[in-house]
Amino acid sequence: MSDNPQSRHDAVVDELYAEAVHWEINTGEETIHAKRVPGKWRILKWLASLVWVPFFLGPYLRWDDRQAILFDIPNRQFHLLGITILPQDFWMLSLLLLFFAILLAVVTALAGRVWCGFFCFQTVWTDVFTWLEEKLEGPPQKRKKLDQGALTFTKVRIKVTKHTLWLVIGALTGISFVAWFTDAYQLWVDLFRFNLGATAVVTILLFIAGTYVLAGYLREQACFWLCPYARIQGVMVDNTTAVPTYDFHRGEPRGRVKKGGGEAQRTTGDCVDCNQCVAVCPTGVDIRQGQQEGCITCALCIDACDAVMEKLDRPKGLIRYESLDVLNGKEERPLYKRPRVWVYSLVLLLSLTGIGYGMATLDAIEIKVIHSRQPLYVLQSDGSIQNKYTIKVLNKLTEDLQVTITAPDVEGLVLVGADEPVTARKGMVTARTVFVRIPREKITAESQPMVFFAETTDSSGELLVSKRESVFIAPR
Amino acid sequence: MADNNPFPGENNTGHIWDDNLRELDNPPPRWWMIAFWASIIWVAGYGILYPMIPGLTGYTKGIMGWTQIGEYQEGVAEVEKVRGEFEAQLQGMTAKEILANEGLSSYTIASAKVLFGDNCAACHGSNGQGGPGFPVIADDDWLYGGAVETIEQTITNGRMGVMPAHAKLLSEGEVDKLAAAVMSGNPAAEPLYMEKACFACHGPDGRGMQALGSANLTDAVWRFNEADQQASVKQTIRHGVNDTSDPMSRAAVMPKFGDRLSANEIKKLAVYVYKLGGGQ
Ligand code: SF4
Ligand code: SF4
Repeated sequence: MSDNPQSRHDAVVDELYAEAVHWEINTGEETIHAKRVPGKWRILKWLASLVWVPFFLGPYLRWDDRQAILFDIPNRQFHLLGITILPQDFWMLSLLLLFFAILLAVVTALAGRVWCGFFCFQTVWTDVFTWLEEKLEGPPQKRKKLDQGALTFTKVRIKVTKHTLWLVIGALTGISFVAWFTDAYQLWVDLFRFNLGATAVVTILLFIAGTYVLAGYLREQACFWLCPYARIQGVMVDNTTAVPTYDFHRGEPRGRVKKGGGEAQRTTGDCVDCNQCVAVCPTGVDIRQGQQEGCITCALCIDACDAVMEKLDRPKGLIRYESLDVLNGKEERPLYKRPRVWVYSLVLLLSLTGIGYGMATLDAIEIKVIHSRQPLYVLQSDGSIQNKYTIKVLNKLTEDLQVTITAPDVEGLVLVGADEPVTARKGMVTARTVFVRIPREKITAESQPMVFFAETTDSSGELLVSKRESVFIAPR
Repeated sequence: MADNNPFPGENNTGHIWDDNLRELDNPPPRWWMIAFWASIIWVAGYGILYPMIPGLTGYTKGIMGWTQIGEYQEGVAEVEKVRGEFEAQLQGMTAKEILANEGLSSYTIASAKVLFGDNCAACHGSNGQGGPGFPVIADDDWLYGGAVETIEQTITNGRMGVMPAHAKLLSEGEVDKLAAAVMSGNPAAEPLYMEKACFACHGPDGRGMQALGSANLTDAVWRFNEADQQASVKQTIRHGVNDTSDPMSRAAVMPKFGDRLSANEIKKLAVYVYKLGGGQ
């Protein structure tokens, strides 16, 4: 230390920025070529990726003479195995979304970004893309060399193959997505006949572009800068959440292993500073700096470090799934003592109950009654009062139905226009206008309730009933 | 600056304020640059495909040949195509046949709503509820009959019923007596009804005659419905309806639409009116 004012100032500045050197954000200038290391978590990751297999195969399943699961947007119907769900029942969808949102929250609160690390399409597709890259171009070092190397015939051949395969995966992704919304087999037929509709073509092209750019280029950058879930999930984590954690008590001070050095006199911690955990990380972060926004909790660094520890005969688990509390010697808080778990479970239960109720009470027919407002009533020549109603019969079955409309048993009531049953077309709303006449002396109030019933039997002979309340309005 | 830059090696531009606040020259994130170039390519692509740059004599048309009016016309043509199928069926059918077919009558009612709004609603109300001096057509009381063919005729040729003014023929007392009889719902019970030849038009039982368009005096519906119904009836007896010799006579004319609307449109309107609630 000197008394020179300039150097004192510099010391202050140095101190001020001492911590800033760790603050480093990967903005994607450098492509991350993560090393692939075999291990328990690697296997688990592949298994988890399998949840996407149904995405590709699902559309080809059949139920009776149609697709088992079909989101029929032009006809505003959703077919789920034997059930047809119409827009009227879509409130269940919001419950379903709520269920998954909370499931995401509960899993995150307990075990971190499980979705990000194992299931997210961004992670899975990137994983498959980099797997192909490794198969074609070799391990990270070779890849880097290839990228920097001159443009040789081999390089072009490898690159063309890789990008073609990427695009094919993108196309399959797009086609599979579209197949949920239209007949899957017909889609392929149309595809090979160059006969696809504009919407399908645009969707598939968008998917090709999206898959190619997101999984081929943006990769971890999508998690860093594009993904909203990544930001939300961070705040759901607390000190009791078990996430891949570097045990700094055990690892520090880190130091390289000395050849031939006796284990007994070792003054350093267990971490040998081999940087394997960084090398395998698909988002390029250093877990030893603690839990951070870039970490998608994929646990691949656990595999890497365990492999190193095994070679060196040190206990595994220097990086392991652990909560901060436990790491710092606190007792693990049991599940039932965590309010988050209670609240989340309650919401999960409620939404499940709602969906269950909805599915159990899916009516095959449903009527809506619209009372005509102008005029509210019409005086008839015999002095009775007539009200006009539009009855909308919704038929959710896959067969046309003959629906009989009846009004309640009010004395003197005449129902006009309902002698013939309504032919309710399958999966549609059919409207019928009816008139109700009540003699003036039988009318008890200016506005009295009027219940309409719709009744029909389906082809299996089951009686289907729907009722709806409306009003009958009369002059004072 | 380069020689005495106090912060060497950190890629700053040499612009330094307040000793240590300096402008760095770091590249933007890669995703940002991708998005940047992608949007420029997008604009170029858009300009090639779609109309974009205005000039002095016109604008660049774009190779897709897209225009706003073209898209609108396509939409109209699409609607016309759907309607065309129905309209073609309606052409050869009578109003009665249309009524017998639920699907076609629903279509007719939906498509005639606009016609009704344009031509009929001003007098008869938007849903046939009538208006002061104009009859309700949503009820089952018809001066000329509520069969769909009759309604069709009424629209095509118009109607103008006539009731002569009786102010000069009846005394005040007689008007009072007749009005009271009409109000009671059984005018035939009043001897004056026969004596003064009311029955000639309104029928021996007071139920009116649809061939003449004379009102049914026994039912609950009043052709000229006013708050003071008794005064209204007296007014009609005294001054009549459409009697040109009496300036205070009521005007009640249904204009003829045969020369304004096509036969097909009138047919649709007849179905619409019939279905308002009172067709017979
Ligand atoms: S730090 Fe470990 S767990 Fe986190 S993303 Fe990297 S490899 Fe996966
Ligand atoms: S892999 Fe394990 S031993 Fe090697 S640097 Fe990372 S934490 Fe240390």
